[in-house]
Amino acid sequence: MVFLGVTVIIYLAVFALPGDPIRAFLGPKQVPESTIDALRVKYHLNDPIWVQYWDYISGIFRGDFGTNFAGRPVADQMSARWPVTIALGLTAWVMEIVAGVAIGIVSALRKGKWLDYSLLAFTVLASCIPVFVMGLVAQLIFGVKLGWLPVAGVAEGWPRSYLLPAAIIAVFGLPAVSRLVRGAMVESLEAESVTMLRAHGMSEGRIIGVHVLRNSLIPASTYLATDLGYLLGGSVIIEGIFNLPGVGNLMFEAIKAHEGTTVVGVATALIVVFLLTSLLIELLHALLDPRIRRSRSHV
Amino acid sequence: MFRGDRRTKRRGVSRRLLAKPTFVLPGMVIVALVVISLFPGFFAGLFGNGDPYHADLAYSQDGPCPGHPFGFDLQGRDIWANVIYGTRTSVAVGLTATVLSMAIALVLGTAAGYRPGLVDSLITRLTEVFLGFPFLLAAIVVLNSVSRRDVWSVSLVLGVFGWPALARLVRASVRQVCQLDYVVAARVAGLPSRRIIIRHVLPNAITPVLILATIGIGAVIVAESSLTYLGVGLQQPTISWGLQIAAGSRNFQTAPHMLVFSSAFLSLTVLAIICLGEALRSSLDPKRLA
Repeated sequence: MVFLGVTVIIYLAVFALPGDPIRAFLGPKQVPESTIDALRVKYHLNDPIWVQYWDYISGIFRGDFGTNFAGRPVADQMSARWPVTIALGLTAWVMEIVAGVAIGIVSALRKGKWLDYSLLAFTVLASCIPVFVMGLVAQLIFGVKLGWLPVAGVAEGWPRSYLLPAAIIAVFGLPAVSRLVRGAMVESLEAESVTMLRAHGMSEGRIIGVHVLRNSLIPASTYLATDLGYLLGGSVIIEGIFNLPGVGNLMFEAIKAHEGTTVVGVATALIVVFLLTSLLIELLHALLDPRIRRSRSHV
Repeated sequence: MFRGDRRTKRRGVSRRLLAKPTFVLPGMVIVALVVISLFPGFFAGLFGNGDPYHADLAYSQDGPCPGHPFGFDLQGRDIWANVIYGTRTSVAVGLTATVLSMAIALVLGTAAGYRPGLVDSLITRLTEVFLGFPFLLAAIVVLNSVSRRDVWSVSLVLGVFGWPALARLVRASVRQVCQLDYVVAARVAGLPSRRIIIRHVLPNAITPVLILATIGIGAVIVAESSLTYLGVGLQQPTISWGLQIAAGSRNFQTAPHMLVFSSAFLSLTVLAIICLGEALRSSLDPKRLA
């Protein structure tokens, strides 16, 4: 349902814009009217808009995302690139979880101390810098000046080639994750059950490790689940900067080459992946946490 | 009596805000940026070379020197002048797009919040659809097929895709206010809906929306520069930080100064806006501080 809405909006938006695709395709060439008419028929441009939309939407369900100007199917170009995007997305996701949860725990345990504030300041500051600025600067420092990690490309394989771009993507999730963990943990540290456990003489490490932590991860896990959809939806800019041959990079190159159909095809595919991941995660969530199922039915 | 109460409260808030460095510092940065974008000519000319389009290829990619504090770009144009004029572009896009989003969000959100039932569920569905896909991807698709991409068309696209989160907040906020006794009283008294909404509901529902919109300006500025960097945003001859960063990134190993200054201005602007929004939120909206 959301998917249909999204595609209709995008389709209408592109349609409502001025400009004739055939003129754009032909460029400055002088062509007889009959050729233009033939091309219009070939690309179904004379059909009413809902027929065209139907062609497009049924094509997507058959895995047809259109062809580029050279006639190569966009789906073919994408298929070889998915592993790179998925590897990058998952690496970034794991980094985000590990760093975000660690920062959240430390800030909760040092609540109100300078370490808490400086971690908060650090995560917010870092996530305010636009992604491409951070990407380029990190590339310059770690890749060119220090030479610790590859500057670009995937020649060195996983993990070395993915570490830097994934870390940059992960930084943008840190404030949200660490705040959610911190908030929930501060709350559960003050809960009566914890006072009870302390009174029973349970060691502080065991209280935090077993009882507090488990309750504190639930809000963050909801956020992280949604975030996975974004990450697998590809980071166009980061893949472009680090020249990782993923799906996002295909889009990056297609924009530079003015390959309009490829841009639209890839964007549609990325949105489909995003929506499917969100749907899957929502289902998994309902299975894992019965409280969510109940709260949903109330709304 | 009520009027007096409100004034005391407001004075309390502003004094609290002015005592906060997290509000004052970003506030000063933002005032400076707005002044710069109102009078870019004056600031660009501070070092004597204020024309952002004046190009001298003899100085291509030269570093900072007297009269040119930020150095020269590939075409030998003064980077300081370009960064200053870029401020105006970013501020203009940020404000235009946010005002547009805000207008759409206020109309749709108020309608949904004030009229439960069919209107509400239709608007809520529409909001869900718009929230259902990544903002940047949609903007890429639409802008990719726009032939003339200037400040206005880019702002229009960003504004049209930026309203859903705001609308959802307006709806929730309006709903909450509508249940308050004085609104119910106004309804019972038979005041026209328009008057109730404008005089009684909106003034009390708008604070959280304004805070989110403030933070949204930062997000719009980042989105504009990202899109421009990708090549689907603003185009030459518009002067924009995104274009400068894109140009600088191609030569950043040999001439990092072409990249650094516009990046720094962009980051500082976004940082100031987000910090200001957070400071406002924690002072005006203690409920959501958590």
